[in-house]
Amino acid sequence: MKIFVKFDLHSVCTKVLENTLNNSQIKHTMLGFGEVDLHGSPTEETMEKFAEILSEYGIEIVQDQKSILVQKIKDTIIDMVFNDDNNLHVKSSVYLSETLDHSYGYLANLFSEVTYTSIENFIIIQKIEYTKQLILKGNLSLTEIAFKLNYSSVAHLSTQFKKTTGITPSSFQRIIAKRKELLK
Amino acid sequence: MNENYINVVLADDDEDDRLFFSEAFDELKINTKVSTFNDGVFLMDYFNSEEAILPEVLFLDLNMPRKSGLECLKELRANQKFKDVAIAIYSTSSSEEDVENTFVLGANIYIKKPNDFKSLKKVLSDVVTLNWQYHTNGLNKDNFLLRL
Repeated sequence: MKIFVKFDLHSVCTKVLENTLNNSQIKHTMLGFGEVDLHGSPTEETMEKFAEILSEYGIEIVQDQKSILVQKIKDTIIDMVFNDDNNLHVKSSVYLSETLDHSYGYLANLFSEVTYTSIENFIIIQKIEYTKQLILKGNLSLTEIAFKLNYSSVAHLSTQFKKTTGITPSSFQRIIAKRKELLK
Repeated sequence: MNENYINVVLADDDEDDRLFFSEAFDELKINTKVSTFNDGVFLMDYFNSEEAILPEVLFLDLNMPRKSGLECLKELRANQKFKDVAIAIYSTSSSEEDVENTFVLGANIYIKKPNDFKSLKKVLSDVVTLNWQYHTNGLNKDNFLLRL
């Protein structure tokens, strides 16, 4: 028997974080957007243990302000792309600067400096990732996916897919299918 | 974050190619540590040794004496230990058959060796930047396919 699960990374991570905080007996308030307010300051030993447990889940405590802001930009973009009632019809630059309360120019410069890629490019990578997931799930046609992700046409999506990955959506689908066949 | 660096390994029997490859990486703005191996046997010995530092990206030439890139690819993908290593095929061939075949066998990236140094730098930079995004953003590596 085979089952498919769909998981919302954001809820998963929030839940893991909250459970770990509780288990480590750190009093806190969850602020959302990956931000947590700790009540008082726990001992260094507690914090070290806490960070260690989190790192097993690939969760990392970010320290400096720049990395924090970049992480917020990423979270906002991922939320924008992956959330079904998405805000993709709003211009992403406007949406980012309004949500994060900084000028887009500032955000864009900071982002490129830390991540080696541009915000525009990051959005494209995320959209193509989402497209891949939707293709593999198999219940939407490419035209429907293009519409869902607010592409002007299916041709536009195909071109961007090809430009980003070097292969067409249909060869992607064929390759992954053949891989699964091989694993059987 | 910029003090981080990426470990890169290349297996290629051509000495010039290895040299160009290392030089191209020296000039990229992403910090990398490059190790090279002369053929598939040396490469697999290293990967299977205790002290091996597994790279983020492995570049494999397809045509090598003793053990080919294809054999290395199969061995690596048969072992769970290496599942986090992105494998880039780095070859002079660009036949559709080779491309699709290696992707199906578990390669993530297929690069046709560029003819000049400038394009080589561009291609390697694209690979490392995109791989960095997969690495730092927890993207699903099973779906990571890139052809350049």
